Amino acid sequence: MSAIDVKGLTKCYGGKPVVDRVSLRVDEGEIVGFLGPNGSGKTTTIRMICGLLTPDAGSGTVLGHDVIRDSLRIKTQVGYMTQRFSFYEDLTIAENLTFVARLYRLHPVASEVDRTLNALGLAPRRDQLAGTLSGGWKQRLALAACIMHAPKLLLLDEPTAGVDPKARRDFWDEIHHLAADGLTVLVSTHYMDEAERCHRIGYISNGKMIATGTVDQVVRDSGLSTFVVRGQNLERIAESLAKLPGIEQVAPFGNSLHVVGTDQTALNKAMASLEAESGIRVSPGETSLEDVFIKFMSASNNKNSVVENQSPKDTGNRNGNTGGPARG
Amino acid sequence: MATPGDQPVASWLSTQRLSAVLAKEFIQMRRDRVTFAMMLGVPLMQLILFGYAINNDPRGLPAALVDNSRDHYSRAVVAAMETSGYYRFVEIAATAAAAEDLLARGGVAFVVTIPSDFGKRVDRNQHPQLLVEADASDPAASSNAIGALNNIVTRALARQRSSHVVPDSSELEIVVHRRYNPEGISQYNIVPGLLGVILQMTMVMMTSMALTRESERGTMENLLAMPATPTEIMLGKILPYLVVGAVQVVVVLGAARLLFSVPFLGSLTLLLTGVLIFVLSLVMLGYAISTVARTQMQAMQLTFFFFLPSLLLSGFMFPYRGMPAWAQVLGEFFPLTHFLRVIRALMLKGSHWHTIHGEMWVLVAFVIAFTGLALVRFRNTLD
Ligand SMILES: Nc1ncnc2c1ncn2[C@@H]1O[C@H](COP(=O)(O)OP(=O)(O)OP(=O)(O)O)[C@@H](O)[C@H]1O
Ligand SMILES: [Mg+2]
Repeated sequence: MSAIDVKGLTKCYGGKPVVDRVSLRVDEGEIVGFLGPNGSGKTTTIRMICGLLTPDAGSGTVLGHDVIRDSLRIKTQVGYMTQRFSFYEDLTIAENLTFVARLYRLHPVASEVDRTLNALGLAPRRDQLAGTLSGGWKQRLALAACIMHAPKLLLLDEPTAGVDPKARRDFWDEIHHLAADGLTVLVSTHYMDEAERCHRIGYISNGKMIATGTVDQVVRDSGLSTFVVRGQNLERIAESLAKLPGIEQVAPFGNSLHVVGTDQTALNKAMASLEAESGIRVSPGETSLEDVFIKFMSASNNKNSVVENQSPKDTGNRNGNTGGPARG
Repeated sequence: MATPGDQPVASWLSTQRLSAVLAKEFIQMRRDRVTFAMMLGVPLMQLILFGYAINNDPRGLPAALVDNSRDHYSRAVVAAMETSGYYRFVEIAATAAAAEDLLARGGVAFVVTIPSDFGKRVDRNQHPQLLVEADASDPAASSNAIGALNNIVTRALARQRSSHVVPDSSELEIVVHRRYNPEGISQYNIVPGLLGVILQMTMVMMTSMALTRESERGTMENLLAMPATPTEIMLGKILPYLVVGAVQVVVVLGAARLLFSVPFLGSLTLLLTGVLIFVLSLVMLGYAISTVARTQMQAMQLTFFFFLPSLLLSGFMFPYRGMPAWAQVLGEFFPLTHFLRVIRALMLKGSHWHTIHGEMWVLVAFVIAFTGLALVRFRNTLD
């Protein structure tokens, strides 16, 4: 049985579909990454899955319960971590967790709370008001609260935004640990390295699920090839390369350029002429997931005149300076 | 770095910065439609409502007549009293006992008793007497009507006698019994009423924030994602205020006794039952408001939108019987109106269950109606 099996989920705001016939299957014990640009409908989809929003169309089951009718039953077995911190700022960490423990009818409350506090390293701050916590600590509290009742399914909406690398690593280790015990996780993220730690990913754009599969599958299906260019005067070369046919993205990575395109022959031709110049070395490179996503984003931008707000959120990659979508 | 507009950054008033703040405030004001409507519509509505409804010289007060004389004198007196505008006889053939009950119930503000020897004494100039019992639990309501009475009756009798050519020398004696508050102490009326007003103020205001606070702070999403049913959320949010209400009741009733020596004649159990039902209706009303309002600001405005008319139309500030009929009908839609009747009847008149149960059931109906509204309006999702 799959933990999530929904078909054709649709949600409209102001007559416009912001989630458009999204279908998703997540098997038990699987960690699925949910990616897509800002405003593409990730949060809206997750809210429909956990019963916080009523879909305008679509059907399916979550943990075997009907996603439309059985939302109370779903809620008891799902842990949902909201994108925006939504615990009580005027309660302490321990008080917030006690509240949650009681809502889920955990027994005995005090020891469940203590266990959770210790497991997530929150114990030293147990009596601090949640409102005075730093951003990263708020995330930890939220995570603690949504795994405390041992849910079968975790829905995490950008759980690691603003969390330091060590805590992020710990968090993902914990997620994998829980998944090994059969927990299913659907996690939305903008971080490429996190996407790569998922068993599978789904990419949503303008409310439509446009790619699903393992990271390798998604990269392969994109049909992109990549070359790495090294040498002098890379800025000037980048500018001229971007204008050439067959080249869709040119992105500086430290002392090298990543050149990405779909049209294999045009790309090869451009690289061959570039290699002729002195002091330039061209070698075949590996297409990254980020390259694929940037292609998705520019493709959807060209297709629809809708201006998506693609403020280049830090993608968490090695250099994080890919800039906006490169023009093809 | 050049500063835009060539103005020194440190100037204490920059028109550009000021206009930035102004423009933003106007945009926000315009977005909040409810506030906008409240600012324009409410003052106008209240002006009209209260301008016509409130009357410090209440007229047309309901009265019952116990006429033991039944002659042309008594008919003339009754006719003159009605013509004066102060009295409106709703019961003209009452027995003394029935009239007494009507007064206790609040059905009439006066009982006018004409003795059997009234006409005889008028004819013989033997100090004719007229007994007027006034419900003085609200002293302000009856004072003008009583003040005018002597004049009204003397003139009526004079007209009658002149046709019989009887010398005009008799002294009319009007015996006034101020019932339930013989000294006409206005605190006796106001202090029990204040309990209702104070309860209403705090209960409705606090509970009207119950849900809007959650949605404004963004905690609603989390609360709804966890397995709490609408009933659990509702009860969890209103029950604490019953405790707050209980404390207020003890404080106000204690102070009424100690500071103002307000009499307490009725049954304490009945009073506490009435208070409990009243407070329940208030917290449910507040909670219903919080399911309607989108922000705490709106909740506050809706509360005041409700609060002011209830203060003025319930009979707390102005005599209920002195208002025009349409305003009285409007007044019936406030729990406070009915609570005031219950608590005044219990504290000042020592009423029993059979005289106040009607008002109690109305309060129960409010509880049911507000609860229904809240549960229907409550959204279990973020849609
Ligand atoms: N209550 C609402 N009313 C109108 N439009 C809404 C509402 N909620 C969401 N939207 C719109 O729906 C679209 C999808 O929003 P959603 O929050 O699901 O995006 P997202 O993928 O989670 O974005 P992000 O990565 O920035 O969190 C957006 O265009 C947003 O403006
Ligand atoms: Mg989101």
